[in-house]
Amino acid sequence: MKDQNTESRSSWPLWEIFIRSKQGLDHKHVGSLHAVDAAMAIENARDVYTRRMEGISIWVVESKYVHASNPDEAASFYDPANDKIYRHPTFYQLPDELTHM
Amino acid sequence: MEQQTLIDYTLHLADNALVLGHRNSEWTGHGPILEQDIALSNIALDLIGQARNFYQYAARLSNEGEGVAAVSGAEALGAGVMGLGEAAGAGSGRGAAAGSAGVAGVTEDTLAYLRDAWDYRNCLLVEQDNGDWAKTILRLFFFSAYQYYFYQSLQQSRDRELAAIAEKSYKEVTYHLRWSSEWVIRLGDGTEESHRRMKEALDQLWKFTDELFVAADYEKALAEKGIAADLTAIRPQWEERVEAVFQQARLKRPVSAWGQTGGKQGRHTEHLGYLLAEMQFLQRAYPGCEW
Repeated sequence: MKDQNTESRSSWPLWEIFIRSKQGLDHKHVGSLHAVDAAMAIENARDVYTRRMEGISIWVVESKYVHASNPDEAASFYDPANDKIYRHPTFYQLPDELTHM
Repeated sequence: MEQQTLIDYTLHLADNALVLGHRNSEWTGHGPILEQDIALSNIALDLIGQARNFYQYAARLSNEGEGVAAVSGAEALGAGVMGLGEAAGAGSGRGAAAGSAGVAGVTEDTLAYLRDAWDYRNCLLVEQDNGDWAKTILRLFFFSAYQYYFYQSLQQSRDRELAAIAEKSYKEVTYHLRWSSEWVIRLGDGTEESHRRMKEALDQLWKFTDELFVAADYEKALAEKGIAADLTAIRPQWEERVEAVFQQARLKRPVSAWGQTGGKQGRHTEHLGYLLAEMQFLQRAYPGCEW
């Protein structure tokens, strides 16, 4: 119990940082950092991740709110998609005018 | 003589930015947490960038009329030490105009690395030692709040070069003010210990804030011409901003009316000498050294 207290006093929570590099693109995960609250997380992200003109917008999410899939379940989660080739839209002829597909 | 006044003023602005930038850079690698270490280092680099802009302009003004061709920083540094110290002593005014510049000329590097403490015209506030995080934060907050309104005003300068530098710097300082204000509030309105440390920092630094608004001769002369920012107009804005942040931070402005001055005229506290000794060591020991 005592250890937990010192732990929470000495370390700031972790935040996941998402940066939009330019208008029209989506926010991409770029990394994580420590901050005491959301306002400081945004400022820290500005200082750590946009020093070289990487972005025009920042999202921050406290890491504890990110729920992840379990790697142990990877076999049942992902492998079944492996042989379902008909799920890929690769059987269509695309007109030449269509780009970015 | 008019030119010299402008050089003095530009050097004053450059020295302010360089000295505070150097002070903040002393935290690099020692910040309380990685993210804040980077934040303060970014701010230090912003300030040193501002200093470079002003030094380059001051060097150009110093060389004008001297018929000096552009020289590399290293050449000038070498020459500056080898008997041409007065060329680098542009801060003392006569040096730059004295004509020794024929060989080397004045550069941003000679201005930063080869002038002594009495040539520096920065305010006393920026040279104060870092102390703890609270003192560093409060020093930055006081000065950023000053620079915020100062650059706003300097953008209207009739000197186009100064106005342009002010415009670029204003954006940087806006962030410095935001960042340091938040920290003043966090610490002032934080724990018992952080509040006590802020109060101690306030006791140590308050007496140096007055000087920001006491115009030196070169500031007065240029303000009349619409070149320098008018400090009397900036003061109430600064006080209002400090008051607003202090209220949130549960801090009280000291009532003491006495303020220490002298930095703008080259009369500094004991701290500047140590700072320059470290910052200038390499160029003093190995003139013209490049890496």
